Amino acid sequence: MENLRPSVPVRRIFKADPESLRCRLPGGWNTARESKESHSSRTIEKDRQGKFLRVLTWSGAGFGFLIMASMVIYILVTGLPALQTSLFSWTYTTDNVSMMPAIINTLITVVLTLAVSLPAGVGAAVYLEEYAPRQSRFVALVSLTAETLSGIPSIVFGLFGMLLFVYQMNLGLSLLSGILTLSVLILPLILRTSQEALRAVPDTMREASYALGAGRLRTVFRVLLPQAANGIFSGILLASGRIIGESAALIYTAGTLAEPAFNLMSPGATLSVHMYKLLNEGLFMSQAAAVSVVLLLLCVAMNLGQFLIRSRMMKGKN
Amino acid sequence: MIQTRRESAMKFVFAGCAAMSVLCVALICWFLFPNAIPAILKIGPAEFFFSADWAPEQNRFGILAMIAGSLCLALGAVVLGVPIGVLCAVFLVYYCPAKLYKPFSFAISLLAGIPSIVYGFFGLTVLVPLIQKCFGTVSGKGILCSSILLAMMILPTIVSLSESALRKTDPAIYDASRALGASHDRTVFYVCLPAAVSGIRSAVVLGIGRAIGETMAVIMVAGNAAIFPSSLLSPVRTLTTGIVLEMSYATGLHRQALIALGAVLFVIILVMNLYFSSRKRKEMC
Repeated sequence: MENLRPSVPVRRIFKADPESLRCRLPGGWNTARESKESHSSRTIEKDRQGKFLRVLTWSGAGFGFLIMASMVIYILVTGLPALQTSLFSWTYTTDNVSMMPAIINTLITVVLTLAVSLPAGVGAAVYLEEYAPRQSRFVALVSLTAETLSGIPSIVFGLFGMLLFVYQMNLGLSLLSGILTLSVLILPLILRTSQEALRAVPDTMREASYALGAGRLRTVFRVLLPQAANGIFSGILLASGRIIGESAALIYTAGTLAEPAFNLMSPGATLSVHMYKLLNEGLFMSQAAAVSVVLLLLCVAMNLGQFLIRSRMMKGKN
Repeated sequence: MIQTRRESAMKFVFAGCAAMSVLCVALICWFLFPNAIPAILKIGPAEFFFSADWAPEQNRFGILAMIAGSLCLALGAVVLGVPIGVLCAVFLVYYCPAKLYKPFSFAISLLAGIPSIVYGFFGLTVLVPLIQKCFGTVSGKGILCSSILLAMMILPTIVSLSESALRKTDPAIYDASRALGASHDRTVFYVCLPAAVSGIRSAVVLGIGRAIGETMAVIMVAGNAAIFPSSLLSPVRTLTTGIVLEMSYATGLHRQALIALGAVLFVIILVMNLYFSSRKRKEMC
């Protein structure tokens, strides 16, 4: 209730203003332009501050949009011409700096990381939403640790993966170490999105299923998870984007070798790590631009997928 | 009978899945701290935290310069990013024409999804030369450049969290203010924005967390000299980049000191997250 008290003197807020005669219409915020004639006929001073605030908002938002657009356009303009067929040849040499091995490694990493993390994350979400009592300590602990995990910088995950998987478990600098590190990294993401998806399933579904005699397990697998599939899938896309973009957690776990790591125990660079290496060497800037375009397009694809799913879900609701 | 046994077995499986995240945090602590704490004790906590002298080949490990670097960049990112981010959020909630809303919010979510290494590329090839030209410095890499880049990177976090904070404010206070005669613009800035200020504060905290934890974009544009930052254009090394730069060849105490850097980073983020979640809990009550 305290929020209701304005924090500035009322005099400053409520300056006489003809605009205030308008009201909020059902169609949204009514910002219709006022007719100039009706204004000038009145003897009310113009609201300069209000105008300033409006201009400030529009220009701030415009500036933010401009920066973003300029970045995307710059990457497309420099990167698209640099895309050559030699960059996609199957073997990597120091002459062609092919990104094909990195693309293969990225695909392997995405698929296997999800294979490790998805069951764990969805299972955890099912437990938290469907089994555990709401107020239990365990639930609080799990959500606190999940929040903590989602905030940890990726380089700390990299250190952790290096200490645990590379040295302690003796997996060496290998794609497998990288995959395991990344599965820890995306676990909270999968958990949160699946939890939200399960929460969005209406309770009537659960009640109907129980009323028909289904057990809890059957309800989860036959009713709830299919209903939540859209939300979980959008979480998968989000996580894939994160995996594709990750580099700090991989440098010291999966290494920077530009060879496809088909047997998992050998090191292999994903696209982002490959790009880091190119930028670090500083000799292959146009090739790096090409890799950045590929990364950008992958991200756009992931985002577009999520966006479509979300708007489809919105439509389903209405 | 088999049915119930399967039910209870699966319950344990699900509970085990839920325990995974607890296990992961425990493992991270278990592997970071036993490496970090002995190193800090060996170096001496006073020297480790309060000396700006980082010279691993002479066994001098003072991380103050890197802590200062991380804080400078986070501060710079917040100063540049938060005003624009909040204005974007206000725009999205109160000013955006319905047709613009979808492309704008899609653009914001896209910005959040772009890998940090691509930001690094943009910074290295666009921002660094730009600053070189504007200020006439030799390298162009440094605090200013990294702050601008980080401000771009935290923008989506700030926008989306501020937007949801603004949407959560009671629409009745908007209507009440309008009914009392305030204009749309004044209502938005003097009534709705103050009402959402606690949500915006958590957005800022989360943005700082992202800025401190960012590695691969910063490493490209920060200049990476482990010296105490003296001006806006001086090169900096942060906690995160310090680890990446030297881990590949570090051995012995040097390696442990780098792990201690990671542990310091972990503790900073942990404290900020705890603050964030305690605020959220307070708001819920």
